[in-house]
Amino acid sequence: MDPLTLSRWQFALTTVYHFLFVPLTLGLGWFVAFMQTRYYQTKDETFHKMAKFWGKLFLINFAIGVVTGIVQEFQFGMNWSEYSRFVGDIFGAPLAIEALLAFFMESTFLGIWIFGEGRVPEKVHLAAIWLVAIGSNLSALWILLANGWMQHPVGYVIDPATGRPMLNDFFALATNPKGWLFFGHTITVGLALASFMIIGVSAYHIARKSNFELFKRSFKMGAIVGLIAALLVIIDGDSQGKYVYQTQPMKMASIEALWNTEQPASFSILTIGDLSGKKEVWSLRIPVVTSLLACNNPTCAVQGVNDIQAQYQQQYGPGDYVPLMVFTYWGFRFMVLVGFLMALLSILFLFALRGDLTKAKWMKWVPWVIVLPYIATTSGWLVTEMGRQPWIVQGLLKVQDAVSPNLTTVDLLISLIGYVVVYGALIVADFYLMKKYAVLGPDAAMTESVDAAPSVIGGQD
Amino acid sequence: MSHEFLQVLWFILIGVLWVSFFFLEGFDFGVGMLLPFLGKKDEERRAIINTIGATWDGNEVWLLTAGGATFAAFPQWYATMFSGFYLALFLLLVALIIRGISFEYRSKDANPKWRSLFDWMIAVGSFLAALLLGVAFANLAEGVPINAKMMYTGNLFTLLNPYGLIGGLTMVSVFLLHGANFLGLKLDGELRERVNGFAKKIYIAAVVLSLVLLVTTYIFTDTYTHLGLNPGIIPIVGLAALLVSGYFIHRKQEGWAFILVAVNIVFTLITFFMIMFPRVMISSTDPSYSLTIYNASSSQYTLTVMSIVALIFVPIVLVYQGWTYYMFRKRITAKKETLVY
Repeated sequence: MDPLTLSRWQFALTTVYHFLFVPLTLGLGWFVAFMQTRYYQTKDETFHKMAKFWGKLFLINFAIGVVTGIVQEFQFGMNWSEYSRFVGDIFGAPLAIEALLAFFMESTFLGIWIFGEGRVPEKVHLAAIWLVAIGSNLSALWILLANGWMQHPVGYVIDPATGRPMLNDFFALATNPKGWLFFGHTITVGLALASFMIIGVSAYHIARKSNFELFKRSFKMGAIVGLIAALLVIIDGDSQGKYVYQTQPMKMASIEALWNTEQPASFSILTIGDLSGKKEVWSLRIPVVTSLLACNNPTCAVQGVNDIQAQYQQQYGPGDYVPLMVFTYWGFRFMVLVGFLMALLSILFLFALRGDLTKAKWMKWVPWVIVLPYIATTSGWLVTEMGRQPWIVQGLLKVQDAVSPNLTTVDLLISLIGYVVVYGALIVADFYLMKKYAVLGPDAAMTESVDAAPSVIGGQD
Repeated sequence: MSHEFLQVLWFILIGVLWVSFFFLEGFDFGVGMLLPFLGKKDEERRAIINTIGATWDGNEVWLLTAGGATFAAFPQWYATMFSGFYLALFLLLVALIIRGISFEYRSKDANPKWRSLFDWMIAVGSFLAALLLGVAFANLAEGVPINAKMMYTGNLFTLLNPYGLIGGLTMVSVFLLHGANFLGLKLDGELRERVNGFAKKIYIAAVVLSLVLLVTTYIFTDTYTHLGLNPGIIPIVGLAALLVSGYFIHRKQEGWAFILVAVNIVFTLITFFMIMFPRVMISSTDPSYSLTIYNASSSQYTLTVMSIVALIFVPIVLVYQGWTYYMFRKRITAKKETLVY
């Protein structure tokens, strides 16, 4: 395998992995902050235990998000040096701002939150968790503005001397609709994912009737926020689709497996492709629906893959401009179906709350809903990132021209295998601790650490 | 503000970010390396981790900010250095990952093997990070093979040359001492006594290695071509501060010892940056291939935007980080009831 292919695999794996942990951080932080606020207001011990219990899971998850985040920032330069040279005048700014505004805030105040209980004034301790939640969501904003620029470059001119884009309007970069749509989608996804984590873990305890009041309250919060967040995710997703139609027609066409330009455009219920992932074998379609989705207009034209490919070849020279459609097409369908399923399940859970939860026999199956949002988020990123291939910066730079030219296959095999081993071990440890503390319940979460067995650790004194 | 002024300003700012990182995370690394040797009982190890528990993550953000700022202000520097030092940085990342995760996970399970494993990951991660950062900065000062296209043409072993290794080992020893002084300030009772014993021994190694680094700096870098004020007495003052710290270590005045070793670290870093200036990546292949603040920087517009952002937010960060240290200024005793991590 060549360094380019290996670099792509490495970026894809480390990024997908990183985002397994990020949305829970983004969403659960708000929950813990809210629970602790209720405790502060009411002095109700149940709220205290809730904040401690969910806070514990928040911390176990947070740690992996942090350490894998460092890799994200470094690998632009490490593996994609030509990309870094090309976009450095623009792309570095949001990254630096992310670190300066958001990373300092979340990590400093998280330290205060973990160590501050009973040591700093209660108000300061409460403010700390709010600042952690704000900080982590603020970091999402800046990295998504950076990603938004790659998908839809704005606020630049091409420097005639170097052929590279130069920032000439920071305000345009900071208000890029693409980035803000991503941001809206991501923070609501974070809330929906955290809601389903809370619903799933609470259901485990409700089914066993342990700490019923605490987990019923958590379950209710999860169901309410889960429903609102899922609906907002869907609304934002629809707006994103319309923006993709305007700015990334190839991504749109590949998501819908629309081969030729249609007016009005049909929607694929089921398309079977061949093994290349780019050719249709059989398709069942309903008319007009894609036009409606893309532009709220039953008669608008939606460009097809073949037409855009021909147009891009004229515009950018020979090459394959078609994304791997098997991923964009199916990824999109998984994401959307799971999104709707989550909204429906939230409604179901809200109805269930009107009755007696202890009598709900199905409750023991509910913990499995935790898997759903993870499927949706991973599929969603695959759609949006694979849907812009071969571009690393839409219309300006291709992935193949972005890789570090000095890296060898050996370099990449070492790092790729290294990441797989280290990340594999991390997820085992994370899953072990998450499950352990989720199952143990709130009493085990009241202190940060557990006491060691007496005969620990080598050496006597 | 002229482009040239901004380029110099950002060179200084990135220097400040790195200096802050070395000063702050330096003692975190030292504490991490000392952990399995200094702490014999579980509570003692927990106490040691608790001295930096609330603050290590905030300290590490200085590295992320330095990386991000380099990307924003000098993208060519970021691209050449990060792709060039690929395997070294990969190892640094692994070190930071295994270390960072361990603080949070270590005491969440009672199994002694689990705890011992994470303790050693903290120690090994801290050691590796300190070593690699020292190697990297020594190489930045010494120069590395870079061709006309700003591309690094060496490999990992190019960096592991004598001067690079001296830089790495010096950094390890000085961070150990820095960490020991910090622990002297933060711990109580028997542990405080024990760490003082460590500090006395490490002090000798740190002085010897720092002296070797100083002498070899004149041999391996081009410092001799611009004697006088640049870097002038800076490295000598740094070494002198380290020497004087020995007096306070023996008198168990950890505060003064801590400040003096901090001065040594800061001045060593300033020396490296002064040797580099105005270059950011010195080419050992041909001096004209070197990356400088002029040919590696972002546009005047981007640097202006970033200056405004930095001017507003760096002071804010300094205030709340400083305040955190003030809030958690109390000494830590190795009693289970008082420990968090």
